[in-house]
Amino acid sequence: MPLLEVHDMTHFFGGLRAVHDYNLSIEPGQIRGLIGPNGAGKTTIFNLITGIYHPTEGEILLNGEEITRLEPNQIADRGLGRTFQNLRLWRYLSVLDHVKMARYSKLTYGLTGAFFGTSKRVREEKATDKLAMDLLELVGIPHLADQIVTNLPYGAQRRVELARALATEPKVLFLDEPTAGMNPEELIQMMAIIRQVHSEIGMAIYLIEHRMKVVMDLCEIIQTLNFGEVIAEGTPEEIRNDPGVIEAYLGKEVVI
Amino acid sequence: MEFFFQQLINALQLGSFYALIAIGYSMVYGVLLLFNFAHGDVFMVGAYIGFFVSSALLGLNIFGALALPLSVTLSLVLVLTLIISMALNSIVGMLVERIGYRPLRDAPRASAAITGLMIGIILETGNLAILGPQRRSFPELIQSATINIAGVSFTNKKILIVFISILLTLALHQFVRHTKWGMAMRAMAYDYVVVPLMGISTNKIALMTFALGSALAAAAGILYGVAYPVLDPNMGILFGWKAFVAAILGGRGSILGAGLAGFLLGFIEIFVATIFPSTMRNLIAFGIILIILTFRPHGFFGEPFSAQLRL
Repeated sequence: MPLLEVHDMTHFFGGLRAVHDYNLSIEPGQIRGLIGPNGAGKTTIFNLITGIYHPTEGEILLNGEEITRLEPNQIADRGLGRTFQNLRLWRYLSVLDHVKMARYSKLTYGLTGAFFGTSKRVREEKATDKLAMDLLELVGIPHLADQIVTNLPYGAQRRVELARALATEPKVLFLDEPTAGMNPEELIQMMAIIRQVHSEIGMAIYLIEHRMKVVMDLCEIIQTLNFGEVIAEGTPEEIRNDPGVIEAYLGKEVVI
Repeated sequence: MEFFFQQLINALQLGSFYALIAIGYSMVYGVLLLFNFAHGDVFMVGAYIGFFVSSALLGLNIFGALALPLSVTLSLVLVLTLIISMALNSIVGMLVERIGYRPLRDAPRASAAITGLMIGIILETGNLAILGPQRRSFPELIQSATINIAGVSFTNKKILIVFISILLTLALHQFVRHTKWGMAMRAMAYDYVVVPLMGISTNKIALMTFALGSALAAAAGILYGVAYPVLDPNMGILFGWKAFVAAILGGRGSILGAGLAGFLLGFIEIFVATIFPSTMRNLIAFGIILIILTFRPHGFFGEPFSAQLRL
């Protein structure tokens, strides 16, 4: 059974049809890509699945359970984690606090623990610290744990966002342009990190990318979106040779 | 010199009320980018709740049956009144959030501000309609005594009021700095949209913010009743506005900032009144604050927030 399924999802912003009859099925552990020209509706699809918007029509199932109308925090609880195209970090919090925040909904200490520091709270906070540090290790920035995120270079901020998303223990991880704005060196590092995260944790990954090299190298299956509709779906090889995709990106071939 | 120290403790006492109320303003602004203009009236409601709770407790026979010394009974009543009223007033605060502000989460901020003003008027006139226009006198929960420290005499009430308000301020500061809920509040202040993606319900955090602010306002109301034992339905208006100014002065969103600015406001008011005629007190005090804000528009501890970060 697929882990995540989307059936006939359509979304309107006022009179504008942003997404039309979108279908998706992700198997556990799969890496999938979503490509398409600017404004094709890629980020909108991410926002719809993670609950930031609710679709006008269609249904979304995670492990067979319908999550279409749930609030974003309930969807996150059930195992969808994500990062953003233009980073959304909490400017004045430290790197470690970012990752710990993603664990807080899983801590069970109560108000007495909060005011009197019970042993349960100390234990839970310690375990959270350890887990957060392990994740920072995994994305390669344990030495930055105490830094305030605003002070970090762009590539490091992207890693913070990735570690924070991983800390929610997602079954499917949504990465919205994980290499946007990176230089070639940072790009190669980020691809290596994504591979390593995938091989160590083994969750499914769904990523939006503009750089063909990244998508072609990482993904098993790629969907191409244009004007809110899927125009092609297949392996990297199939997508590369699909005339519809080439047309969407480069325009129609003109025969003189 | 003795005069100076007595004015100092007066200033600390007045500052205590401003501080406790200002923190409620500041927290709500920090978390939801919303000025809860009903907060001054939530303070008033807290004072009335304190009045009814303490009167009920004093009327209970159990204290008579225990045959405790009067001072012990009164202290016990004060502590219980504080705890029960803070709990009840936090429910009032949560109702204000749930009924007044949550439906306006995505509306322009001006709509929320207008709603706040209306909730305030509803609380004032509601009190007037239900309880009538007569003033209530707050029961005497602390027997007045004079304490002499190094040749300067203070009343025990003033010391206790200042002590309790500093204690509550520090407790709340600890809570926000070091617990999971406090961290979620701070994260919401910086970027609201991603907090739910961590599995945290922003509605719950919003309720909690209002509950904590209103609990502190109730404490301020009870301490106010201890200091000036006359309650009337409009008592929250001027106090609320002054505490709002303190919250701005402290830096929106900063708890310690709001606390310190509350005390600063107390100092300015009291010392202005000792130098100038008391009719000019507010004029000069707020003139000074206007000058401070000209040079520090974000207040003392405020981080420069940008509203576009939020929904």
